[in-house]
Amino acid sequence: MDYDTINGMIEQVKNIEQVLSPPLGDGGTKQAPSSPLGPPVPERTGDGGTAGFSLFSSLVTFLGTSTKTTDKLNALADYFVHAGDADKVWVIALFSGRRPKRMINSSLLPLWCIEITGLPAWLFEESYHTVGDLAETIALLLPPQIKVPGAERSLSYYMAQFAIFEKQDEAVKHAFITQAWQHMGKDERFVFNKLLTGGFRIGVSQKLMVNALAKSVNISPSVIAHRISGNWDPSTISFIELLSEHAHTVDVSKPYPFYLAYALEEDVSALGEPHEWQAEWKWDGIRGQIIQRNNELFIWSRGEELMTGKFPEYDILQGLLPEGTVVDGEIISIAKANNAWGFAPMPFAFLQTRIGRKNVTKKQLQEAPVGFIAYDLLEFNYEDWRPRPLTERRAKLEEIYAQVNQSVFRLSPVIQYNTWDELIELRRQSRDLFAEGLMLKRKSSEYQVGRKVGDWWKWKIDPFTIDAVMIYAQKGHGRRSNLYTDYTFAVRDGDKLVSFAKAYSGLTDKEFAQVDNFVKRNSIEKFGPVRTVKPELVFEIAFEGIAASSRHKSGVALRFPRISRWRTDKKTDEINTLDDLKKMLQLYGNKT
Amino acid sequence: MVEQAENTQQALSSPLGPPVPERTGDGGAVITFTDKGLYCPAGNFYIDPWKPVDKAVITHAHSDHAKFGSRYYLCHHLTKPLLQARLGNNNYESIGWNEIVYINGVKVSLHPAGHIIGSSQIRVEYNNEVWVVSGDYKTEDDGISGAFEPIKCNVFITESTFGLPIYNWLPQQTIYNNICNWVTGNTQQNQASILIAYSLGKAQRLLKAVEPLQQKIWVHGAIYNMHQAIVSTGVQLPEVTYITPATPKEDLKGALIIAPPGAQGSTWMKKFLPYEVGVCSGWMQVRGNVRRSNVDAGFALSDHADWKGLLTAVKATGAEKVYVTHGFQSAFSRYLNDNGIWSAEVKTEYGTEEEEAPEIPTTEGDL
Repeated sequence: MDYDTINGMIEQVKNIEQVLSPPLGDGGTKQAPSSPLGPPVPERTGDGGTAGFSLFSSLVTFLGTSTKTTDKLNALADYFVHAGDADKVWVIALFSGRRPKRMINSSLLPLWCIEITGLPAWLFEESYHTVGDLAETIALLLPPQIKVPGAERSLSYYMAQFAIFEKQDEAVKHAFITQAWQHMGKDERFVFNKLLTGGFRIGVSQKLMVNALAKSVNISPSVIAHRISGNWDPSTISFIELLSEHAHTVDVSKPYPFYLAYALEEDVSALGEPHEWQAEWKWDGIRGQIIQRNNELFIWSRGEELMTGKFPEYDILQGLLPEGTVVDGEIISIAKANNAWGFAPMPFAFLQTRIGRKNVTKKQLQEAPVGFIAYDLLEFNYEDWRPRPLTERRAKLEEIYAQVNQSVFRLSPVIQYNTWDELIELRRQSRDLFAEGLMLKRKSSEYQVGRKVGDWWKWKIDPFTIDAVMIYAQKGHGRRSNLYTDYTFAVRDGDKLVSFAKAYSGLTDKEFAQVDNFVKRNSIEKFGPVRTVKPELVFEIAFEGIAASSRHKSGVALRFPRISRWRTDKKTDEINTLDDLKKMLQLYGNKT
Repeated sequence: MVEQAENTQQALSSPLGPPVPERTGDGGAVITFTDKGLYCPAGNFYIDPWKPVDKAVITHAHSDHAKFGSRYYLCHHLTKPLLQARLGNNNYESIGWNEIVYINGVKVSLHPAGHIIGSSQIRVEYNNEVWVVSGDYKTEDDGISGAFEPIKCNVFITESTFGLPIYNWLPQQTIYNNICNWVTGNTQQNQASILIAYSLGKAQRLLKAVEPLQQKIWVHGAIYNMHQAIVSTGVQLPEVTYITPATPKEDLKGALIIAPPGAQGSTWMKKFLPYEVGVCSGWMQVRGNVRRSNVDAGFALSDHADWKGLLTAVKATGAEKVYVTHGFQSAFSRYLNDNGIWSAEVKTEYGTEEEEAPEIPTTEGDL
């Protein structure tokens, strides 16, 4: 967003203002915030009174800065004791990745903040680049809170209002939001804005929330994890319904919580006897569950997103999979191949063209066909198979696979090996097979809930690396606000430097502080928030994949680029070249 | 005091001689910006130089403003013992606020800046033109540092550490209450409260903040040393207790402790387990900084002026020209220009230590 656009938009908003809405603070303070939105939503019972939203924002503030897991757990458990039921349902939704979508075009909030504060747009931008968070910038800039007794609302109240005004015109949103801001403190404004802009993220794992909830309602965490999974709407379901043991029989699409592996850091031989372990390739797709129940097929991703409509390739499985079956596996682009498996996985870049799109075109279906590589069986004949040992689940999965007999439904091959050394050797082939490395699963293991140490390990191959020089720097966000931590890197192309990747992570706080200092002393030009920097600092950039890209100057796009180390021992003339990148692209890239 | 007076006599003897009648003919600035610091050519002295010079006038005792190695230092009476504690024995001269001295015919006086104990703005007058160097300042009176006094001038050189509108401090009493509540909460859970504060300035202010708790206040060595230096000037401060290696662990259970940034996360803190850490700094205004500092609580308590404070101060000087140094100088300067006050940014080397640098701990933490 540049200043001209903002200024243009301010004018626009002002015009709308004059026509549609009374000016701010014009006797509006006593009006119920709901009035511009037509009939107020009735507050649901057990809402925890009027203190709902500040209780929630205090929780978020505490969780955002607390450094001890036990403190966070206690704060959450305490919240579940004191908050109203409707608010609790929303907290479960928000903390289990059910983020509401963006309720408002996020360029409007700065405009309204500018309008209220009378600050020039450039100064708002400058503040934003220092704070690194739009919601917080606004919370800090707005004039002090006007406390009005009884003006406070609950979390569920605001969520309901947001849902209503989503379809209303801008003037209604403006009136509601600016009025709500007036009565809120800094922390409440921050959380409110976060909810509005859809950027709501808390530094707390779903597991921790589940544990806190378990503590307060006295049900075991794994049971809770299952009950809150799947498809439910926080605006309609009640707290009792959500946690009731009968609830999940109603929702036939309900997936199981995924079992997640830890990275294997130590020597593989530490795992014990090789024959106790099942090895598979680690696929570079999206983790997913296929659920066949009551004549319906559902596809869930690991982010607990229902993705059924996105992959029409799977439609054929409906009716072929036995009723009451849940399979865990990888959603991935695959091509038919004349090899032992009968298929070859394609790089992640293909799958990427399919996600995030609502409608799939015929062309995409042809260019990036999607398959499913099955590796575990969680439910069979409507019965929970997770407690059974892996070998038993696998045997049944192989039966189902043979029965289905469709090229879209594949079985994750089990790697044959006798010794760890053999496996180490096989792992080296990962990249050629478009695998990220290996998965090791204990043959006797149950299918557990969440990330647990011991029975499942991911053993990834080392990433690609390239030495590059930093040429641009920008201030970071969140805990890196007001520090230059977002860098653009370049490789050499003859005498020129060509940018090819951005990276934000991989350095320690101390290193970031040193680089920040360097940037401040060695910046050449300033383009808005970006500084061009003397090309002197050399870093090793690690990444997981490479693809051709017409959008980037270098002609390549990298997957998960990050800084692996600061090469203080290297000078700019020793970095890699564009040719080096092109060679990698040829070997491992997206061959289109 | 007698000794001091004699010193003054001696050192200022030449500057106090007959005023130099004419200017060097540059017709220009009373103060210029050089690679050693702010320089007054007519008076041949520097203000807060960052390299050794012959004659330095010092605004306050923070280490980025008072550097080692100059041959002569002029400062406020209350700053002198602090410089002695930090820079050792040098040729120091001290004067009071509103006391006029002449250096090579240039009229110089110090005025309260409200930043820390002894902190002063420096007023320089030559040929009927008045320049004021703010040093660091805050506009809210903390009851220790002296109340900031706006000085009418033609040219004002101001800091801009918190020169963005996102920095709006709460009234200090509100912050003090928040700190006290936090400490009380910790005490109730049998946890020690460690408040992280710069040893010169913030630490003394905190003593005032926690006074109502009537709790014993334990301090780190760096803070104890500063405390001693300040008390030696006759300034009254609440009593503190120095934590030595011999202090028994049991005495520190649930205690109230003030420590400098360098101590944070060090093994020195293990002694106080279980504890909660709270950082007191203007940087804590932004969530990201609280999270980055990895502490349990952040209190946006600053010894610098906030956005409104800076604007008020600038307007109160009535200056036609405002030079903006260390901080958000480009934004603040642009804002002044937009609002009809001529302004330019000036690059200085201040702001590398103390509160201006949120990331770099002071070395004194190692003491």
